[in-house]
Amino acid sequence: MLLLQCPWCGDRSEEEFACGGEGDIVRPLVPEELDDRAWGDYVFMRRNEKGIHFERWRHAHGCGRWFNVARSTVTHEILASYQVGDDRPELPE
Amino acid sequence: MWQTEGMAKYSIFALGRNALQRHRHWPRAWRSPAPRPSYDAIIVGGGGHGLATAYYLAKQHGMNNVAVLEKGWIGGGNTGRNTTIVRSNYLNPESAAIYDHALNLWEGLSQELNFNVMYSPRGVINLAHDHHEARELHRRIYANQLAGVDAEWVTPAQLSELCPILNLDPNMRYPILGGTLQRRGGVARHDAVAWGYARAADGLGVDIIQNCQVTGFTMRQGRIEGVQTSQGDIGAARVGVVAAGHSSVLATMAGLRLPLESHPLQALVSEPVKPIMPTVVMSNKVHGYMSQSDKGELVIGAGIDGYSSYAQRGSLPVIEETIRAVVELFPITSRLKMMRQWAGIVDICPDASPIISATPVAGLYFNCGWGTGGFKATPGSGHLFAHTLAKGEAHSLNAPFALERFYSGALVAEHGAAAVAH
Repeated sequence: MLLLQCPWCGDRSEEEFACGGEGDIVRPLVPEELDDRAWGDYVFMRRNEKGIHFERWRHAHGCGRWFNVARSTVTHEILASYQVGDDRPELPE
Repeated sequence: MWQTEGMAKYSIFALGRNALQRHRHWPRAWRSPAPRPSYDAIIVGGGGHGLATAYYLAKQHGMNNVAVLEKGWIGGGNTGRNTTIVRSNYLNPESAAIYDHALNLWEGLSQELNFNVMYSPRGVINLAHDHHEARELHRRIYANQLAGVDAEWVTPAQLSELCPILNLDPNMRYPILGGTLQRRGGVARHDAVAWGYARAADGLGVDIIQNCQVTGFTMRQGRIEGVQTSQGDIGAARVGVVAAGHSSVLATMAGLRLPLESHPLQALVSEPVKPIMPTVVMSNKVHGYMSQSDKGELVIGAGIDGYSSYAQRGSLPVIEETIRAVVELFPITSRLKMMRQWAGIVDICPDASPIISATPVAGLYFNCGWGTGGFKATPGSGHLFAHTLAKGEAHSLNAPFALERFYSGALVAEHGAAAVAH
């Protein structure tokens, strides 16, 4: 069971949240110039990291806002929680 | 020392002969060889799908110089962690064809392998709890019938005959309006599938190498030349990766990305009880499914956890939701104790369909993305992947499941039929 830190509401149980998958995927700025391969890579291909995963969560049963989490997909340890648009935080080794 | 004729035929006479010798002289079912410097083909991953691939490579394509590399022990991943349900009632014609191909192979598998995989066609029921779901399931029945897959609608009255412990009270929160029934569906013994394929493949000369983790691929000019492992470098012109939840990790080693997310999928078993559950019942709506093993344990499957993970354990809220559903569907289970709970790491595709495909690296093939429902496909998956590896091109049944579909847009959306109910 995860204890997530919503940047607005504080520590809350995993049950209040919805996981939005891999974060930091930047939408192409000039979409009309993309070919099928670039679209496929953007829409479907994922890093699916074994280790530290930077991902998006939404406080679905709370404030309803999106935020970013750095979490280990091996130990489930939550290393950082930060707002959308912020730079990735420095993580301890 | 084990006897070298590992493929001594299992039969009632062999059983009698060995019983007289107090079962002390059974030969080992497969060898434990050291890896050779190179093979014609290497299969990465010794689960059911990987072992089946090696078996069909040797049996149907005459490729006997093959190794299966397994980082742990064979069948110790998702093959040993699923809920053993076998069915083929998928919506799209491509899916119905590939899963029904597997179901056809299940029917003769024990004879084919000379190993009892305990395939038991006891029927698989999918429940409908509202009118919309009933309509969706009717649509799936008609699609199945058009695709030649057996499927029929069962009413609550028929359900009370098929599964007497089902709660058919019309006043419950999600009343049961009926369901679909695939009579050829059922269960099989998961470990036996891995062991049966391993023994049969070994008998045809395949080397099964356990505790051998692949740490990298050797490639030159866009061609695969071999793999680096914890037991040294091994050469091969063709490499097939069948690594389920760890497919993305291996793809990264080859400089590739896959459209996969790895999630925990949880299941649990109760203490053993006398036979109360003659069939398999699944409900997508309230998220639970149940069958009874031959040992008497009720085998209960949950949904996936919403976050990605490689930890082989999930969160308790998912289990709680499933137990809530199961207790409502089967009130008789409310005081049963649960003995074990676990998770497997499943590789989910955006369209809930598998990938059996060549890759941009020549000679490197991936068989992955089976997500929450790979067990039922084991024989078909192995059979088609062997064809793809041996011929260098897809079989007509797995051609729609190439990696290319994520660029062409020809997805095979199976969220309804795959859901999580397996």
